[in-house]
Amino acid sequence: MRISGLQEGAPQAPPATGSGLALSPAGDPLLSLRAVTFRPADRTILDAIDFEWGGAGICALIGPNGAGKTVLLRTIHGLIEPDAGEVRFEGRKRPGGDLAFDGQALVFQHPSLFRGSALDNLLVVPGIAALGRRPRRERALGMLERVGLRALADAPALKLSGGERQRLALARAWLTEPRLLLLDEPTASLDPSATEQVEQLVRDIHASGCRVLMTSHNLGQVARLADEVVFIHCGSLLDRQATAAFFGSPRTAEARQFLQGALPWQLSTPA
Amino acid sequence: MLSDSFGQATGLLHTFEGDVLEIVALSLRVSLTAVAIATLIGLPLGALAAVARFPGRGALVVLLNSFMGLPAVVVGLAVYLMLSRSGPLGPLGLLFTPSAMIVAQTCLTLPLIAALTRQIVEDAWRQHGETLRSLRLPLGSRVYVLLWDCRFSVVAAVLAGLGRAMSEVGAVMIVGGNIDRVTRMMTTAIALETSKGDLALALALGIVLMGLVLGLNVVASGMRTVAMRRYGS
Repeated sequence: MRISGLQEGAPQAPPATGSGLALSPAGDPLLSLRAVTFRPADRTILDAIDFEWGGAGICALIGPNGAGKTVLLRTIHGLIEPDAGEVRFEGRKRPGGDLAFDGQALVFQHPSLFRGSALDNLLVVPGIAALGRRPRRERALGMLERVGLRALADAPALKLSGGERQRLALARAWLTEPRLLLLDEPTASLDPSATEQVEQLVRDIHASGCRVLMTSHNLGQVARLADEVVFIHCGSLLDRQATAAFFGSPRTAEARQFLQGALPWQLSTPA
Repeated sequence: MLSDSFGQATGLLHTFEGDVLEIVALSLRVSLTAVAIATLIGLPLGALAAVARFPGRGALVVLLNSFMGLPAVVVGLAVYLMLSRSGPLGPLGLLFTPSAMIVAQTCLTLPLIAALTRQIVEDAWRQHGETLRSLRLPLGSRVYVLLWDCRFSVVAAVLAGLGRAMSEVGAVMIVGGNIDRVTRMMTTAIALETSKGDLALALALGIVLMGLVLGLNVVASGMRTVAMRRYGS
């Protein structure tokens, strides 16, 4: 299955090809996946995924549970080494070692915070670790201010509410000055108020020039935030359209069933 | 006889008569120094074994786990052979000095502290590993952050090491020689005085030893509880 990138700034429907969907990217894509396959224990989680993204707007990766969204995000970030295919970010392959791509940040669905204050959790970011003690602290406090957690700088991170923890994780990711921010279900299990705060923060991060690729089960949130939707099912990308077009006329039966809440649950496919 | 001995032991503790104070002070100096050295080496070693991937890592982990329960007399014998006049470190002239006992207790507690630290940090790595890789932290920073995150649990590992050091008798007896006013520790003195029939001094030292170990654990446990309450578990 192949889906390629939409032109920046003008989401449009990619034309279908014989084997799926394709669109020639305009210029070098921010992100490029070629035949990315991940098959742990003889189960196909990612099935030869081709994906190119120029990085326009906010892109939402949606699909049922077990479709492979989280694994795909981790693979894009470099936390999972695919069994076949390659991932390129800004034209570069991930260097050796176990580090994630430079220039990317990933906020997990359940962010792991360290046993210390909210401020301590920002001070671990290597980009600011090289600064002197005072500038480092000021930089971290400034970031807490931006995400509305300045008053909680000295509060224990593990005692923050779900929404505050998620904002702290976003602050930590933002502090790395990423060019691509990956969000895995950023508002899962948050109440509407906390969800709205996180969504506003995502908009702020995007407005600062950082590209955003996110997964979400919250279709209302996808409609509010995303400019473009990619639908994934059983490890394959099946549909890709501008958000309004996707919700108006999904191209595949699976996407249609998913939107209607009638897609039969299916995990990955045996290899 | 037992009640008489308890009475005399209490008297000794009231006045700190005899060698009690000297023996307690030497015991604390030796054990605390040994545990401090073992902690300085064992914490990063254990954390590295948990986080880093290198050839021989599996063997190191097996070695650390095996050496956790190393018999004290075997460690004493090995250190004795190293420090004896014909041994490789013989020219240093450390045998039958407090320094030799520090070396022995360091060898005894290092694997324990390192192995427990590895287990603690490995659990933390499972929890935070992807975040640390995502943040692109180099190995040294990962070790530092994880040790900092596990600091309350690591204290328990250090205390286990201190407990082992303060309660062992075999190694310090072999490399220290239990020389009066030179290398006599609480444990070796208890063994000697008991064999001589001076139960009062043995009991007094035993009470001090138990009190110290218990006191240290109570303080550490209290600090841990307060800290966990402050920062969350």
